[in-house]
Parts: sequence; C-alpha cells; structure tokens
Amino acid sequence: MKDIRAELAEHPFFAGLAEDYLDTIAGCGKNDIFTPGTEIAREGTSADYFYLIRKGRVAIETYAGPRGIVRLQTLDDGDILGWSWLFPPYLWNFDARALQDVRTITLDGACLRGKCDADPALGYALMKRFARIMSERLRAARIQLLDIYSGGTQ
Amino acid sequence: MTDWSIPAMCTIESVSRDSADVFTLNLSAPDGEFSFAPGQFNMLYAPNAGESAISISGDPGDPSRVVHTIRTLGNVTGCLDTLGPGDRVGVRGPFGAGWPIKLAHARDLVIMAGGIGLAPLMPVLHTVAASPGAFGRVTLLYGVRSPGDILFQDQLLDWNAAGAFRLEVTVDAVDDGWQGDVGAVTNLIPKARFRPGETTALICGPEIMMRYSALGLIERGVPPADIHVSMERNMQCATGLCGHCQIGPHFVCKDGPVFPYPAVSTYFALREF
Repeated sequence: MKDIRAELAEHPFFAGLAEDYLDTIAGCGKNDIFTPGTEIAREGTSADYFYLIRKGRVAIETYAGPRGIVRLQTLDDGDILGWSWLFPPYLWNFDARALQDVRTITLDGACLRGKCDADPALGYALMKRFARIMSERLRAARIQLLDIYSGGTQ
Repeated sequence: MTDWSIPAMCTIESVSRDSADVFTLNLSAPDGEFSFAPGQFNMLYAPNAGESAISISGDPGDPSRVVHTIRTLGNVTGCLDTLGPGDRVGVRGPFGAGWPIKLAHARDLVIMAGGIGLAPLMPVLHTVAASPGAFGRVTLLYGVRSPGDILFQDQLLDWNAAGAFRLEVTVDAVDDGWQGDVGAVTNLIPKARFRPGETTALICGPEIMMRYSALGLIERGVPPADIHVSMERNMQCATGLCGHCQIGPHFVCKDGPVFPYPAVSTYFALREF
C-alpha cells in the first residue's frame, strides 16, 4: 500500500509541485474511509479538512426547505472535495455525503494554512491549483443552471 | 432514392417510447434497402404537417430499416408522434456529411452527447460495437436533464458490459434513488482516458454544451481539428439550395451537419446570428 506522500505525488492536483512541498503537505494528511451514507461535511460547520477522493462517490447537497435535500453535484475518484478551509470563517458551504465506500486522503486545513502562511510560495502554488478547480466547477455550475437540454430535436 | 426532392413513402414497423418526449420510429427501408453514413439525416415528411430534418439513429449495418429517434417539439414532430405501426411517412435522404469514423480508426475516441444529441451518435456506437479492436479507448460521456431522460439505456448498458466502450452518464437534476453522477457533462471529461494527440472527439448536443465540451477537451490537449460537432439548423431543402441552414460560408444540410470544430467555432458565440 502506498503512503500518503506517494499518493499525493501521483495525484493530478499536485502535478508539478516541488518535492519538498509534497513532503510538507503529506505531513498534514491522513487516510480515511467513509461508509455509504456517512456525512463527510455539514453546511455551516467548521471546515477543518479537505479531501482527495481516492475511490468512491460523494454527493454535494444542500437543504432547500420544502424541496428537501437537493443534490447539486457528485464527485468521484481523483476529485477534490472542499475549499472552505481556505477562507474565513472556515465553514462548509454545502453538505457532503458518501454514496459508496469512499477512501480519501484527508488534509488538515489548519495545518496547511499554517504552512502556507509560513511559506507564501507554497500558498501560491496551492491557491493556483484550487483556483483552477473553482473555475471549472463554476463553469460547470453555470452550464447546469441553463437547463440546456430543454430544446432541439436533432 | 434517385430523386432527392421526392419523398419515398415508408411504413412504420414499430414505435418505441424512449422518454416522456422522445420516441423512435422504426421504418421499413424504401425499396427494401437503405444505406447511410453515421451522422447523416433524413427529411421526414409527416402527412398534412410538413417536413423536418431528423438524424438517423439506427444501425448502419442493418440496411433493412430506417430508424429515427425524435423529440416532440413542434408541429411536424408532434404529428409524427401520433403515428403508429402501419402508418406511412415520407422519407427524403440520406443527406449531409457524417462523422469521420474512418479518420478515428486506431485512435482513441471520445464521444460526448447531450440529451437528444445521443441519437445522431447511435450509428457511431453501433459501428464501434461491431468493430472490436478497430479503435483505441472509446468513451461515451452522456449528459441528460434527469435519469428519466436517459435514452437507449438498456442498449448502452449492454454495450458497456460487453466492453465495447466505457460509459459515463451524468444528470443535471436528480430523482430519488439515482446513485450516478450529478452535474454538467463537462464534469465527465476527466473520467475519460485518452491520448490527447491520438484522440478523435465527436460531440452532439445543444450548441452551448458542444462549445464547453470542446473547450474542456482542448484544455486537456485535444487539438481543435480533431474535435467534430454536429450542428442543428433550420434545414428545408437539404441540398444547399434554399439557404435556410446557412451558417457563415457553410450550408449545414450539405456541408454538415458534422463539421470540424474550427470550421464553426466562431459562430457558436456570435451574437444575433
């Protein structure tokens, strides 16, 4: 079984990151397993971690009053879950729930924030990677909003 | 068919209901035989209603039938939706340029479909399933509005189980019990394994879906010229004479409906066009 450092090195999110940074980040990581139905994050609660999903599917959901819980997106193998740990007040914006057995590398947000504050170059390298993920998710969310499949006959 | 302007009358053998607003007509082939290239379309004539350009969704290896999967959206398609076995419809075609299947041989193939856009890609999938080893890795990325809108579900699952291609499906809005992906079809791109420089991509769906799907593939290294899209326009004559379907210098009916992405990309986001 690979250690966390080796897992990080192979993950596309960290591609191109300096070797010593991988060591630093791995120091904030641990392995986790979530069984189906487990709540990984709850909206409004402290966002202490973020997750690299090694295996399994996670639903991003929100409680929408009379509509109940609405599933907004799913994340799978290789995806990143969570960036609320980056910004005050460090609270989850949405719920996250395991739909299958989910294996993650769980990274301690406070630990990483401290290391990023101490080494802004590491912080910049990580921020660039998160900004790309956020940009892709924002674009996808906008496409999803458009209800694009409502027209056309082909 | 020898005269492009005269519809051949074809008998409906069977009709299947694919979703709440999508149905498939299985027609007997005119003169007993019908050949087409994947991606081509026919003009279907509904008696007393008119004509509409509808892509062919059947198996190119089966010349005995003409198959059209149709979304009920207007007068003609609404009329076609009322017909049943034994009724007859007019067929002109096949027309247009199809998918560049031969260019994709030995290459990885990424097929992206949105909603009813799967229908014009079904002949490609039939071809892939009937040609084991002819292509590299083949992946179908399919986005729909909800689980109830997934077309050809049993057929797709059978092909996926048989290893013909890898199937990834996502829905925009979820029903109870759905355990699959939720989100935009572009979210599926990272799930496809392909060699960017050795990949042919075929995309069909709403224009905005094709635009962002192409962008997502380009961001992952697929050259724009290796991406092909199927355009939908108001096709009337189907031979480039009337000009209704003109897009820039192209007639969609004659030069398309399938185009290399660079040939039409500038028109996707053009305002008031």
